[in-house]
Amino acid sequence: MPSEVLSDAPAAITTPTRSTAPARHLIEVVGVEKIFGDVATGHRALEAINVLIEEKEFFTLLGPSGCGKTTLLRMIAGFEHPTTGEIRLQGRDVASLPPRERPVNMVFQNYALFPHLTVSQNVAFGLEMLRWKKPDITARVQETLSLVKLSHFANRKPAQLSGGQQQRVALARALAPRPQVLLLDEPLSALDLKLRKEMQFELKRLQRETGITFILVTHDQEEALAMSDRIAVMNTGRVQQIGTPEEIYDHPTNRFVADFIGEANLIPGESLGRRSDAVIAIRPERIEIAGPGVTPRITGVVDNATFLGSDTLMEIIVPGIRLRARIRGAAKLPQGKEVGLVWETEAERELLD
Amino acid sequence: MMTTAARRKIRPFDWRHNPGFGIFSLAVMSFLYLPLVILVVYSFNANRFVTVWTGFSLHWFTRVANNGDIRHAAWVSVLVGVLATICSTAIAIAAALGFERGGRFKGEAAANSLVMMPLVVPEIVTAITTLIFFSSIGFHFGVLNLVLAHTVFCVPFAMLPIQARLNTIGTAYEDAGRDLYGGEWRIFMRITLPLMVPGIMAGAILAFVTSLDDFLISFMVSSAGTTTLPVYVYGMMRLGVTPEVNAISTILLVISAALALVAFLISRPNEAGAAAGTAAAAATATT
Repeated sequence: MPSEVLSDAPAAITTPTRSTAPARHLIEVVGVEKIFGDVATGHRALEAINVLIEEKEFFTLLGPSGCGKTTLLRMIAGFEHPTTGEIRLQGRDVASLPPRERPVNMVFQNYALFPHLTVSQNVAFGLEMLRWKKPDITARVQETLSLVKLSHFANRKPAQLSGGQQQRVALARALAPRPQVLLLDEPLSALDLKLRKEMQFELKRLQRETGITFILVTHDQEEALAMSDRIAVMNTGRVQQIGTPEEIYDHPTNRFVADFIGEANLIPGESLGRRSDAVIAIRPERIEIAGPGVTPRITGVVDNATFLGSDTLMEIIVPGIRLRARIRGAAKLPQGKEVGLVWETEAERELLD
Repeated sequence: MMTTAARRKIRPFDWRHNPGFGIFSLAVMSFLYLPLVILVVYSFNANRFVTVWTGFSLHWFTRVANNGDIRHAAWVSVLVGVLATICSTAIAIAAALGFERGGRFKGEAAANSLVMMPLVVPEIVTAITTLIFFSSIGFHFGVLNLVLAHTVFCVPFAMLPIQARLNTIGTAYEDAGRDLYGGEWRIFMRITLPLMVPGIMAGAILAFVTSLDDFLISFMVSSAGTTTLPVYVYGMMRLGVTPEVNAISTILLVISAALALVAFLISRPNEAGAAAGTAAAAATATT
């Protein structure tokens, strides 16, 4: 528990004053490390984290469970504090401030809507805590509810709403105080597939219309690729790569990123006459069957071929590895047939770790 | 018949597949509740001998209602019950918050055991030590003695449902409140306390029923003029069992059962399930 128990909130969240050097980034996470428990023996959840997030950006922290992405998000919210390092918001170090002193709001994983309050009371909560005047609160609540298309549900209790509607209330509640940053902790994971796709567009629209920086945490790579301006791929407490979805997909910098984002064939360097300590990554859709008279890059034996409509997914056994190739159209090749495979040199990514 | 039975998945503890289970349950239920049924039935007996049924009558209930001593004892019981409930519930709320929201602290397990002690210590021991304690410090303030003694043993009963409720609520709502610029005190008043209400109601009712039903401690601590109803009934019994005793017992039984039912119903709706379970279990244990 923080030491300021029973003290009250400040009258308003003041915009952080810029430090002498003008901040070029909205959020700067610099050299952050988080150790849970004892510093010497405890669990190292985050290591050497450096992330810069721009204004009006849709930024995603992507990684498998336990990679530290939620810890980093909770740190930006103020629920966790870094063991070492700085978190700067508009140039001001906020790492030691409690959540209520940060102009940052969060959409919680299971929404955490107050069950005893109505939809409009939920949305008004942050504004009341900031001691806004009644008429201003009413106006902002109406405005925010119409933004998320929930105006007709203002007087319902959260339990009377569907999962998708609860999700919208959670968004409205977090957006009502117009934070500088909106944090979303796996917001779509509780929804079914169809609703999830719909909410992806909805989130993009809200971000565009409000101009607020969104930071999303997810383990779903498709979701991250579809929505983000930039993605930070994380694993085992470290940032593996930061870049646009295209950069992350086409130019993975290490084996983890290549394997985690989309599908990748990882071929040992020596099989292709490269450095023996390197691994070559090739996306299945870049591989083609060598036509007559073309020198194949590698040869193997067909293990199975599955026709998927627009293309055929083939598994080909090359000594030591099993390659997956997505061939356009129907490619009926019998099991056991020897095939040569080709791809453009620029499709190869040499990975050193 | 055969086909449905064969198709149904057989679970090892499914009562339908244990022959004799119904008869066994009936025997257990009779053993538990038959004495109560007899007591209640004979409180409506017209005869002055408890064991001879001669017809329906409310005579003994009117006798009880017109007995000034019984009315005084009932008043003392209710007064002590209400005051002890208020004090013990207040303490229980603070203790439950400390255990569920205070983070880990040194001696947490020991503190929890200390609060729960009245549930484990034989009541006669508590009764005698309370009596000795009050006389050794010369504390003789009538009803106040009873209220203090009852407050002490009511705390664990009040705390169990409140603590269970806090545990079910979890800390996510409070975190959301902090994220939305709430200070700790305002979060407690606007979020935590309203969500705790079903647990608090259940705890308070349990504490009241426990206080109302207590005999041993009240017997040791009460002085002339501060006799509670159970202690008064015990006094009557020494002059032989009269149907008046049946009538009082019936009244106490109905009040206790009604309160336990209310405690169960309050804490039941939607997400209050866990608190309801605890309250109901504890209520059954006391009655």
